[in-house]
Amino acid sequence: MSVDPPVVHGHINGQVFSAAADATLLQVIRAAGLQVPTLCHLDGLTPVGACRLCLVAIEGHPKLEPACVTTVAEGMVVHTHTPELETYRRMAVELFFAEGNHVCAFCVANGSCELQDVAVEVGMDHSRFPYQYPQRHVDASHTQFSLDHHRCILCTRCVRVCDEIEGAHVWDVGYRGSACSIIAGLDQPWGEVAACTSCGKCVDVCPTGALFRKEDGTAEKHPHPERAAQLAEARHEHRWTNP
Amino acid sequence: MAVSWRCCDATACRAAGAAALRQRLEAEVGAERVKPVGCLRLCGQAPLAAADHPDGSTELVAGVAGERRLDLDHPFFALQRPVVLERCGLVDPSSIDDALAQGAYATLAACRLRRAAELVEEVVRSGLRGRGGAGYPTGRKWQLVAAQSGAHKVVVCNADEGDPGAFMDRSVMEGDPHRLLEGMAIAAQAVGAAEAYIYVRAEYPLAIERLRTAIAAATERGVLAGLPIQLRIGAGAYVCGEETALLHSIEGGRGTPRPRPPYPAVSGLWGLPTLINNVETFAAIPAILREGGDWYAAMGTAGSKGTKVFALSGAITHTGLIEVEMGTSLRTIVEAMGGGGSGVVKAVQTGGPSGGCIPAELLDTPVDYASLQELGSIMGSGGMVVIDAAMAMPELARYFMRFCVAESCGKCLPCRAGTVQLEQLLDRFVEKRASPADLAQLEQLCGMVKATSLCGLGQSAPNPVLSTLRFFRAEYEAALAPGVVP
Repeated sequence: MSVDPPVVHGHINGQVFSAAADATLLQVIRAAGLQVPTLCHLDGLTPVGACRLCLVAIEGHPKLEPACVTTVAEGMVVHTHTPELETYRRMAVELFFAEGNHVCAFCVANGSCELQDVAVEVGMDHSRFPYQYPQRHVDASHTQFSLDHHRCILCTRCVRVCDEIEGAHVWDVGYRGSACSIIAGLDQPWGEVAACTSCGKCVDVCPTGALFRKEDGTAEKHPHPERAAQLAEARHEHRWTNP
Repeated sequence: MAVSWRCCDATACRAAGAAALRQRLEAEVGAERVKPVGCLRLCGQAPLAAADHPDGSTELVAGVAGERRLDLDHPFFALQRPVVLERCGLVDPSSIDDALAQGAYATLAACRLRRAAELVEEVVRSGLRGRGGAGYPTGRKWQLVAAQSGAHKVVVCNADEGDPGAFMDRSVMEGDPHRLLEGMAIAAQAVGAAEAYIYVRAEYPLAIERLRTAIAAATERGVLAGLPIQLRIGAGAYVCGEETALLHSIEGGRGTPRPRPPYPAVSGLWGLPTLINNVETFAAIPAILREGGDWYAAMGTAGSKGTKVFALSGAITHTGLIEVEMGTSLRTIVEAMGGGGSGVVKAVQTGGPSGGCIPAELLDTPVDYASLQELGSIMGSGGMVVIDAAMAMPELARYFMRFCVAESCGKCLPCRAGTVQLEQLLDRFVEKRASPADLAQLEQLCGMVKATSLCGLGQSAPNPVLSTLRFFRAEYEAALAPGVVP
């Protein structure tokens, strides 16, 4: 039997919380019925703290901290929506839109896109930063799925779900800076990568329309980001039957 | 007794014709009276050679024919306080016999008779702070690693020196590699580590060669107290100077940083407690343990103890490698040691792409961690570039921003996408077509990238912009498109 971790207490936006000492701030925020936007985070996958949307202000900390990877501590006083944070979040979402080629009107994920949801959440209706219109490509070499790099926000959920849950490690990140892209195998066409089991988990967890099933047309993508956590938990708890 | 020559055989002198100078001297006095050494400091006059006369006097000559005689009483040499560089330029870096004859590994041997906690305490007392840039107290870091349970710990040397204009660590590795190995072996004993790595950038082939030679010789002689030291060569990514990215790279993964905590002291290489310090920090250790922490702490200022090596370059008469006591004023360095600007000195850039510009009117600022930080710059690893009036500040800021755009690993959004937008905004100022709204956006985006980036690269990428905005704002305002009133 494992011993339950001790309980710690603190404040989030003036509201008292108590949580297990090994909980992350993001878990505590959500348990309190509050919300911070996230894009790279997904329950069931190792957090990476890369999208910077879940940054929160903690009193006494000189820097903003990503809620997804920050463990709670006794007496923590956390603010999730200071004017500074709201400004930065909106700027971050603008930067996401400006760095890729996101055209909701004919995207498979229109209506079920987390980037779109986050834009609504932070009140971003246009980017004040010039759109970069990068030259990217579409990898349609797989028989069932496609990867449209124009819509990729480099959250690396696909990389992690394939590595950590499917155990195939088809995906990784290639190149650097603004030239970064998700690569299949050794930067090969997806369809040529023998390691791919065609399980579709990467498509399920992709927050945008970057990864999609070929049969889906505009606004027809139905992602299943919850599956990562379900599988992780089922394996951890040895629970394999559907409720 | 005839004269003996020490010929600089480091990168700058090699590039300037050191081999020809050495051949000439060997023909003159015989090869046995000429030995290769590390940096002789005044790189701008390369190639350099020093003559040791039987009467104990030394003279320094420069030029392929040794045609220029340099004044060793000049402040450039006279104001140096060699601690880290005490053997650099005196010892043959490829000869362990020469290093041993000049005292290498004697401190390590003495340390083996002392308790580990005493060694850590000595470093704490020295007040030494990390010389890689961030300035974290070295003793405290050692205490943290020493306090970790577990038999398996690792020592890592960060030799991924990558700031434009920085060549302190390269000079140490090229000039006195055994000092670095000795410092690492002492550290390993102090924190209880059984293996060590040096992560050195591939762009330093001579340093790599010297380290390989030194490690092989020291291992063969058994002077490393049994510590295995392995070399790992970088693959050209600046971000691998960030400690977590560096560790990922050693592990064979993609060189990208991760959020801290956990800090490497708790969970570093392969999850093991890891002590990671940079080259200059380790290289200061043998002198500190030999002379005592109090001796080291007697040099410098209240918050910045000891000495610091700087790579002095840019629009200045005397360029090269200097080691001075902390707290020496920029004016002393630039005007006395550097001999003043080649043009009108406008500013001194410290800390590379993470640092900032200190304007000429503030040259009396002492070089210490706090003073530089107060002015919006940083100590950094030790690059010091003198800027003259010919350089427009928005252009300088764009140079560093381009560097960050090229070196961003792309993991976190603010650094990956924010630096690209910052570079494009700076283009507008360089090309004098900016608007007042661009100026506001530049400042706001600098604040956002600084506050929200994952690692030090992104967090400090806006510093060259913010610092030049602070001291040279008029240049940005003058770059607004004609007809626009700010």
